[in-house]
Amino acid sequence: MFDRVAGFAHPGGRRAPGNTAAGTVNYGTAMTLAERLNATVRGLPEGQAIVFVHGYGCGQEIWRHVAPEFEVDHRVLLIDLPGSGGSEGSAYDPVRHASLSGYRDDLIALLDELDLDSTVLVGHSVSAMIVALVQIERPDLVDRLILASPSPRYIDDGPYVGGFSEADINDLLTLMSRNHLGWQDPLAGMVAAPDAPGIKEELVELFCRMRPAVAAQFAEVTFRGDNRADLVEVTAPTLVLQCRDDLVAPLTTGKYVSEVVADSELRIIETRGHCPQLSAPEETTAAIRDFLARTSRTSRASVAR
Amino acid sequence: MSVADRSAQGPPEEDLLDLAPCGYVVMDLDGRIISANREFERMVGSGGSSADGERSLASLLPAGARIFLETRLWPMLELDQSVREIALDLMRADGSRLPVLFNAAVVPGHDGAPPTIRAVLMETTERHRYEQDLLAATTAAEAARVEANRLSQILQQTFVPPPPPDIPNLRVAATYRPAGDGTVVGGDFYDFFRVEPSHWMIALGDVRGKGVEAAAVTSFVRHSLRTLAIEDADPARVLARVNRALLEHDTDRYCTLVLASLQREPDGWEIQVSLAGHAPALVREPSGEVSELGILGTALGVRDDPQFHTVRRRLRTEAVTLYTDGVTDARRDGEFFGDQRLRELVASSWHDPASITDDIASAVLDHQGGDASDDIAVVTFQGAEQA
Repeated sequence: MFDRVAGFAHPGGRRAPGNTAAGTVNYGTAMTLAERLNATVRGLPEGQAIVFVHGYGCGQEIWRHVAPEFEVDHRVLLIDLPGSGGSEGSAYDPVRHASLSGYRDDLIALLDELDLDSTVLVGHSVSAMIVALVQIERPDLVDRLILASPSPRYIDDGPYVGGFSEADINDLLTLMSRNHLGWQDPLAGMVAAPDAPGIKEELVELFCRMRPAVAAQFAEVTFRGDNRADLVEVTAPTLVLQCRDDLVAPLTTGKYVSEVVADSELRIIETRGHCPQLSAPEETTAAIRDFLARTSRTSRASVAR
Repeated sequence: MSVADRSAQGPPEEDLLDLAPCGYVVMDLDGRIISANREFERMVGSGGSSADGERSLASLLPAGARIFLETRLWPMLELDQSVREIALDLMRADGSRLPVLFNAAVVPGHDGAPPTIRAVLMETTERHRYEQDLLAATTAAEAARVEANRLSQILQQTFVPPPPPDIPNLRVAATYRPAGDGTVVGGDFYDFFRVEPSHWMIALGDVRGKGVEAAAVTSFVRHSLRTLAIEDADPARVLARVNRALLEHDTDRYCTLVLASLQREPDGWEIQVSLAGHAPALVREPSGEVSELGILGTALGVRDDPQFHTVRRRLRTEAVTLYTDGVTDARRDGEFFGDQRLRELVASSWHDPASITDDIASAVLDHQGGDASDDIAVVTFQGAEQA
C-alpha cells in the first residue's frame, strides 16, 4: 500500500525544492497542487516518471495492484482527480471541471509544478481521454501514453458504437442520485462516527468519496462527452489496453481508439469488466512493461537508424 | 416434531437459502451467477431455480446501471470485500424494473475453490416510491430556495442605488456592501436626488431588520423622502413628516437616517444636516482634522413627538462622510470597530471621497475577517476646488 504523503516528497521524506515554482495553478492558498490532488510518489527518484490516473467513480487505490510493480525502475506518481478520492475539496471547481479540459489543465499544472517531463501517462477510463488531451496540449510532458479501457464517446452515434443511449446515461444519473440519499454530507458522518475508523475503512472512504454534485457533474462530463476528434491529434507512442469483455468500454471503442491514434497498438486483456488493473493486474502490468520495453527511447532510436 | 427438535435440527441449509424471503445469489468474481434462490428468480421473473449458465448481475441491470456497477460497485467490493445498501433496479424478464437494495460480500472458497460473491437483494418497491417522493420534495425545496435567493438578489439590486449622479462642483463616492453572502436583502440604503436645479439631497439610512419586509419599509422611506423634500427641503422638517408617514404606515419597523441638504452658493455649498437616531456625519478638514456634524434626533417610526434639529455649515473643500452602524458595530471577537477607530481611519486617509469611502469599507471588512455580519453603507462628499 502506498504511503499517503502530505504533498509531493522525495522518498526520503524531504520536500522537493522548487515545488511551488511558477507554473503552479494559483488557487490563492499556500497548498501546492500536488497536496491538493493527494499526490503520492514512490519508486526510483532518477527513473522515468510514470503517472497513474484513475477513472470515474474511484480514486488512486484502483492502481494498488499495478503501480507498485513499476517502483523498481520508475518514479511512480499517483493522484486523485479533483472531486475524487482524497483530493482537497476546493480543488474541484464546477466551472473549471465542466469539461475534460479542466482536468487536463490540472494535470499539466501538476507536471509543471513537479518539474516532470517526458513522462509515461497511464489513464484509465475517462482519464484515458484526459491524458490524451495532455499529450496533445503539451507533447513535451509526455513520452508515451497508456490508455486503459478508453472510450472516446459512450453514446452511440450513427455507425459508431459507444454502447449506450442518451436514456441509459439518464438512467445512470438517476441511479447515482438514488445512491446518494442520506449521503448528502459524508464528512459530517465521518466526524460523527463513534469509533476511529481503521486504516482500511479510511481507504474505502477515500476511495469511494465523491460529493453527490461532483459525482453527477463528472458523470455528465464523462459519459456525455465526445473526444473522437481529439484522438487524431495524439502523437506519442500509445498502448491501448482493452478488456475482452467490457460492458462500459466495449471492444468497439478500444479498436476505434487504436485505429484513430496514429502511433498506437491494441492489446486485449483476457478478462471481464472495465478495470483490468483489478481483474487482471498481472496481465495489465505485463502488457504495460512489454510496451514500455519495446518503445523505450533507445529502441526507438535504433529503429530509426 | 417437538419445538425442541425443530430448533435443534432447523431446516436443511439448502432449504434455508432457497426459501428465504430475500433474493440470494452466489456469483464468481466476474459477476457470473452460479446459483440463485427462488425469491431471486421470482424477482427477475424468469421462473424456475436452475441457474442459466451465462447469467450475470450486469445482464440483469439496465445499461446505465452497468456503468455504476463497473466503475463503482465492483471496485468498492474488490477493495473492501463487501458493499451495503446499494439501490439498484433489476430488469425483469417482461422488461419491467424492480427496485432492490443490494448487499454483497466476497467469501473465500473452501478446499482451494475460488472465492465467490454472495449477494442479498431485497425488493424495495414501496420504499422506492417514498424515496422518489422525498427526492422530488428535496429537489423542489432546493429549486424554491434558489428562486427565493434570486428574487432576493433582484430586490437587493433595486435597493442598491446606481453610482452617485454627477453633481457639478461636488465630488461624491458611495459604497454599499450587503451582509453575508448578499442573498438576504439588507436594510441599509442611500439616495441622491435633486429638489431644485442647484439644490441636492443626500440621504443615508438603516431600516431595522432584513428581508422583504425591511425592503418594503426602505422603499417607503425613500419615496417619502423624495416626495416630501420637494415641498420643503429643510432636513428636520422632512424627517418630521417622514416620521409621521412611517407611524401611519402599517409596520413596526423603525429607521435611522441622516439627511443632508446641499445648496450651491457662489462660494461653495450651504449644507444642512439632520439626524434621526443616526450617527453624526464626520467632517474631514484638508489638514486631516476630523469633527462631527449633526445633533442626535429621534429614530423614525418610533414616537409621535420626535425631536429633529437642522445644523448648517458652509462646505468648501472639507469631506463629509455619512455611514451606517454596520461600520462602527463591526466586531471581531466581541471588539467593536468603534467611533475612535473610524475617526482615526478618516484622519489618516487621503483627502478624497473615494479614498475615504474605500478605506472605511475595506477596514471594516478586514476587521470582521472578510465576513460582514451587517450591511455597510458609506457616502462621502466634498466641495470641489474653485475653478
